[in-house]
Amino acid sequence: MSNLTEIRWHGRGGQGAKTAALLLADVAFQTGKYVQGFPEYGPERMGAPITAYNRISDSVIRAHSNIYEPEYVVVVDESLLEAVDVTSGLKKEGAILVNTARSKEEVVPHLKGYEGKIYTIDAHRVSMEAMGKYFPNTPLLAAIVKVTGLMDEDTFLREMRASFSHKFASKPEVIDGNMATLEMALKEVR
Amino acid sequence: MAKRDRLSGNEAVAIALRQINPDVFPAFPITPSTEIPQYFASFVANGQVDTEFIPVESEHSSMSAAIGASAAGARSLTATSSCGLAYMWEELYIAASNRLPLALALVNRALSGPININCDHSDSMGARDSGWIQMYAENNQEAYDNMVQAYRISEHRDVRLPIMICQDGFITSHAVENIELLEDEEVKKFVGEYNPENYLLNPECPMAVGPYSITDYYMEAKRNQAEGMRHVSQVVLDVAKEFESLSGRAYGLFEEYRMEDAERAVVMIGSAAGTTKDAVDRLREQGEKVGLIKIRLYRPFPAAELAEALKNVKAVAIMDRSEGYTNHGGPLGADVMSALYRAHADALAVNYIYGLGGRDVRVQDMEHVFEALKQMIKEGDAGETYRYLGLRE
Repeated sequence: MSNLTEIRWHGRGGQGAKTAALLLADVAFQTGKYVQGFPEYGPERMGAPITAYNRISDSVIRAHSNIYEPEYVVVVDESLLEAVDVTSGLKKEGAILVNTARSKEEVVPHLKGYEGKIYTIDAHRVSMEAMGKYFPNTPLLAAIVKVTGLMDEDTFLREMRASFSHKFASKPEVIDGNMATLEMALKEVR
Repeated sequence: MAKRDRLSGNEAVAIALRQINPDVFPAFPITPSTEIPQYFASFVANGQVDTEFIPVESEHSSMSAAIGASAAGARSLTATSSCGLAYMWEELYIAASNRLPLALALVNRALSGPININCDHSDSMGARDSGWIQMYAENNQEAYDNMVQAYRISEHRDVRLPIMICQDGFITSHAVENIELLEDEEVKKFVGEYNPENYLLNPECPMAVGPYSITDYYMEAKRNQAEGMRHVSQVVLDVAKEFESLSGRAYGLFEEYRMEDAERAVVMIGSAAGTTKDAVDRLREQGEKVGLIKIRLYRPFPAAELAEALKNVKAVAIMDRSEGYTNHGGPLGADVMSALYRAHADALAVNYIYGLGGRDVRVQDMEHVFEALKQMIKEGDAGETYRYLGLRE
């Protein structure tokens, strides 16, 4: 179990935090890992805080509990920094990734003295520039892959293209936009 | 050839159903089981199955339609959760008493109230005495494998009873995990064609289904149902053996995990068993003799086999993911304790209520349970035998 990576996603209903967790499970599976991707639902409505989780490991995963001491946390919606204790249990050897247009220095005061690494990405700008639409989960997926180093960038992009080609078989025009978003996000993580 | 994939529990069951290609699937949606008919409807639309898919206006109707189809001689099923199962209550008994081998893909969810969409077993536990076979799963793989084996058990001529294939709502139904799928052809061959002996639409042998039974015959009818139930365990084992030769995955009435020399054991049902296995491994590393029994077949209840598996255990914690409101524990607790009593076992036994309405169960929680068992052995007394795990004070 020493190779187990645990990730917690904080988002709001409708932003795709669950989808991002499932996509990460998907791409990690493609590289031969054992994976778990699952949501924790509170009230079922748009805008309510939701949590999603990933376990990624080289050996079989049996635990079915939520994750309380993750290596990584992804904050999909920065307004949650005020509303949810996003760094709760987060290991200091790990990292937090925040979707924000603000600088790292501006985010730090909201992280309750978290001592580990802090990364930011402006998923809104990346998504709008590369895809013309705001889907925060696509840039955040690329960003967390980069932050965790779960796989190298070439493998990630190759597997994602295969996955999009399958998923969007009936609307191939969206594949390039999604791929451009991932590539730009890999460069934009700070 | 097995296919490695990653799927949620709901997708896994839907794929098993596509491979089985049943005749009739009436459905009404309810969280968290909705995805099963949703995925299946796409298989119907894509022409991957030739099932008659009937969207109905309620669960009362979905079960009624499944019963009607089964009585007519078709292989039928439906899917539901929680209040949906409650709304089928009357029909559950009709299906069982008419000896109709239909299936229900149940995704366990707390039965209101307060209203809650998350997992516990209060829905299916309420139906435990309805005459249905009940099987439970720890993960998506087991939910899939149980679904593939379901009709072989329910349609067996010595059984002919409806079967409920249960999995934990959200915890397995909505969690994407690794899974090995069988090839479509393998499943098709394993499950086989359904050739009912007696059925309503057989012009050669007209029959009535579900007639009024006067007092003169009612008890004999119920005893006949019990006769079908008495054959279930053996059929489950036979089907499991055949399934193992196909898939390489072994199943029994329950799973014994590190029980060989265990002095302390937990007995439980469902997804928290996986979490408990991690707790068992951690404690075993410290030299603690602990083990787990995970119930797969809950109805009929494998009482004698379970007592045998627990015969060398000094203390056992029975975990119920639903209340029984008996003032002394839940339904699994009652079943296991009665099995121990009949086997003249002298293990100290306690019953925990846990995980209600999706309350999370952590590895540490289960370590705490094993620690409590250690304390009981030390004191030679079980103390309070009706406990709650993970309750906020």
